[in-house]
Amino acid sequence: MAAWGIVGTLAVATFALAVFSALVGAYPVSIGEAARILAGWIAGSPDGSTAETVMLEVRLPRIIAALLVGAALAGSGAVYQGLFRNPLVSPDILGVSTGAGLGAVLGIFLSLPIVAIQGFAFAGGLATVATVYAIAAAVRGREPVLVLVLAGVVVGALAGSVISLLKVLADPYDQLPAITFWLLGSLASIRSADVWAVLPAILIGLVPLVALRWRINVLALGDDEAKTLGVEAGKLRVLVIGAATLMTASVVAISGVIGWVGLVMPHIARMLVGPNFGRLLPAAMLLGAFYLLGVDTLARTMAQTETPLGILTAFVGAPFFLWLLARGRHGWE
Amino acid sequence: MRLETHGLAIGYPGNRVAEAINLAVEAGEVLCLLGPNGSGKTTLFRTMLALLPALDGRVTCGGTSLASLGRDEIARRIAYVPQAHSAAFPFLVRDIVLMGRTAHRGMFAAPTAVDHERAMEALTSLGMADLAEREYTRISGGQRQLVLIARALAQAAPLIVMDEPTASLDFGNQVKVLEKVRELADRGLGIVLSTHDPDHAFAVANRVAFLDGGGIVAAGMPRDVLTAERLMDAYGIKVEIVTLPGGQTVCAPGISR
Repeated sequence: MAAWGIVGTLAVATFALAVFSALVGAYPVSIGEAARILAGWIAGSPDGSTAETVMLEVRLPRIIAALLVGAALAGSGAVYQGLFRNPLVSPDILGVSTGAGLGAVLGIFLSLPIVAIQGFAFAGGLATVATVYAIAAAVRGREPVLVLVLAGVVVGALAGSVISLLKVLADPYDQLPAITFWLLGSLASIRSADVWAVLPAILIGLVPLVALRWRINVLALGDDEAKTLGVEAGKLRVLVIGAATLMTASVVAISGVIGWVGLVMPHIARMLVGPNFGRLLPAAMLLGAFYLLGVDTLARTMAQTETPLGILTAFVGAPFFLWLLARGRHGWE
Repeated sequence: MRLETHGLAIGYPGNRVAEAINLAVEAGEVLCLLGPNGSGKTTLFRTMLALLPALDGRVTCGGTSLASLGRDEIARRIAYVPQAHSAAFPFLVRDIVLMGRTAHRGMFAAPTAVDHERAMEALTSLGMADLAEREYTRISGGQRQLVLIARALAQAAPLIVMDEPTASLDFGNQVKVLEKVRELADRGLGIVLSTHDPDHAFAVANRVAFLDGGGIVAAGMPRDVLTAERLMDAYGIKVEIVTLPGGQTVCAPGISR
């Protein structure tokens, strides 16, 4: 089938980009050397060279993190767009990113250790979605999706102003730069422990999305129709949003706020393989992984100072989205 | 299988739209529901599909109250055909029809080869097989309505509820959809549909119910329910009911000019 051919091509391209990304950077490594280092790592006999340290402790964790973050953001973006039947929705719409941002900023403000900051980010993302959901549940009798989206925007704005307040109160020499850098999004300080910390959460979020892929299609018809087709729409929606939020919040906890990936990548994926979620999910995740790894590789190679990822994804994502709008509604009419 | 309402009251908390509704539709029968705007046709349908709780009374299907059935069990008994809508995403026609099979498969299952066969059978029986690989968002309104009927067929429920299936269709497509409705009933399905056009009821209905002023004001044979007096009464217009030489009954509004 053509769609699976596209998914396969994306997988191969992503792998090739990962290999390329492992070789380039401030300390270039040849492909032979890289193979030797990997062989040594698998055999359990490290040689202690600089190249080995760069590869195994800096570059590989960062590449894997870029793949995971891109895949999780794009995958959950595809879920949100389907569930809210609105292609303009992204993981930010429920306040997930801003809520996680608030958690992390609070952690930095309280001078907590890195692990606690990540825990705060994660809790902040989930707490924001729970709040948004509670508000939407309290305001009954209106268009539920509209209420949910508006509640997300309002709670997100509120979290944003608390972030601003904390920035004003923060120590300008020590804490403020850390807060700013984190809010811009970056994978520069990723270590393998970070990757291991978020991997289980991403997998736990991904399993129900893959298992429920067909019913998620049915939900895209709207609650009433989904119910008459035999789907417990309300419960399923909570479960699926919870799973997507778990994925988003856990990657935001290690990467900081990286916008646009969750909005733009599902669009491109839908243009390539159509809206059927069984194919859309892998396509969106692979595209997100490919894109974020590409952008992160650029971020760390194109200049002496690292460019924060959130800035680059916006530079690429915003014009692309405008182009999508101008080009017409194909793919989401 | 028989779909019945027993002393049903419909509406929302604090807003009782209609009450004491007793209706029944049998296999092989078309029940046509008419009534002015705001009389509660859609609310009644939503209650009959268990999308709204009954304020009073109950809806039964094959003698079992809907309130005691799960969504999937209801979906295997009653299929719903909404008004032709535009989907949020460009699903293939085949995928839209396949969604009708959801209630026949487990929570985590994707459609099987059997489901694909059933979907294609449903499309073929409506003469739509060649549209299977087209995008649902890129076909005409009349075709969409037929695709949604095909989905209901793939759902393989003995009863089908159709909410104004002819609304927003052109004249030709209205007739085509009505022909299909009659054909499905003749194949043994029980069909409830709402319409604004008395002619549609004359054309396909075995029985008609007229909803107005908070309840069913009349139910029975089309000729007995859709009288000139009743239509004039409900809509405040002049109407003449005429039988054509071919035996067909039509409703002619008297527009003064």
